[in-house]
Amino acid sequence: MIALAGLVAGVVLGLFFHPAVPLWLQPYLPIAIVAALDAMFGGLRARLDGVFDEKVFVVSFLSNTIIAVLIVFFGDQLGVGSQLSTGVVVVLGIRIFSNVAAIRRKLFQA
Amino acid sequence: MTAREPRSRSERKQAWGRVLIGVLCAVLGFAVTAEVRSNDRSTKFATARQDELVGILGDLSQRSERLRGDIRDLENTKAGLERDTQGETAVEDARRRAATYGMLAGTLPAAGPGIRFTVDDPRGRLRAEDLLDALEELRDAGAEVIQVDDVRVGVSTYFADAASGGVVADGRLLTRPYLFLVIGDPHTLATALGIPGGVLQTLRNDGAQASVAQEQRIIVRAIRSP
Repeated sequence: MIALAGLVAGVVLGLFFHPAVPLWLQPYLPIAIVAALDAMFGGLRARLDGVFDEKVFVVSFLSNTIIAVLIVFFGDQLGVGSQLSTGVVVVLGIRIFSNVAAIRRKLFQA
Repeated sequence: MTAREPRSRSERKQAWGRVLIGVLCAVLGFAVTAEVRSNDRSTKFATARQDELVGILGDLSQRSERLRGDIRDLENTKAGLERDTQGETAVEDARRRAATYGMLAGTLPAAGPGIRFTVDDPRGRLRAEDLLDALEELRDAGAEVIQVDDVRVGVSTYFADAASGGVVADGRLLTRPYLFLVIGDPHTLATALGIPGGVLQTLRNDGAQASVAQEQRIIVRAIRSP
């Protein structure tokens, strides 16, 4: 509940303040968002499974985003940033899909 | 008492965790909105670097200048043709065009600003393709009329390695040093030859001595038979 409220508050704040993404953050923010989405869906799944834990969620949220950004950052330093960011997006996309599939099974028993 | 204390601590911890989750979700929502909004804007020129923008602007103004010149020329021609009852302007126009085409095809001598490009190859190590590279570079740089030694270069000009060493152009053996007389914008031509890794450097790496002289008046006398 509080998560949903936070999400709505963030979106409203974003719409209200018209934030400009700083230049140094531009390559990393999309990846961080996808990683955070992965953590979100993971948390939702755990909640439906009844094993949700605040600490696990916070730690996985932060570590997911930081590791994803770090991977892309190192990729940029090595000159393979775009390939690595594609790889990260693919991996996170697969995880999101499997989490959503588990959530769907829980909710609809199908 | 002892049973309640750890419980309240864990409750406080849980409350903190909820707040933290809310904050993280807010950050996520904020980031998503920011990212979506920044992708909304047109990125064609926004992501271009400053010197690219300057280049684009320069190109555009140059092009509009040239097109404006074309409009002026065409309007002059049109006015001349309208005034002209004897067909004089039309004949003059046709003659001028014939002269231009003759120069481009190589059937007429030509003169104008350009460069004198000398390639000395004392060890005879240059091959036909080296000269062809040089010729292609000159054409790319906007050379209008080119003469190599006494061969006028046209669209069908070829270079070939002679059996005795040296290079043949259009069936005639070229004498060393090879002399290219080129009419075109001298500065552009000289720059095109001199770029790092370009024609001059390649020739020098092959052991040839190449030099470029920009001149206000180059006279090309060799012609091709029509």
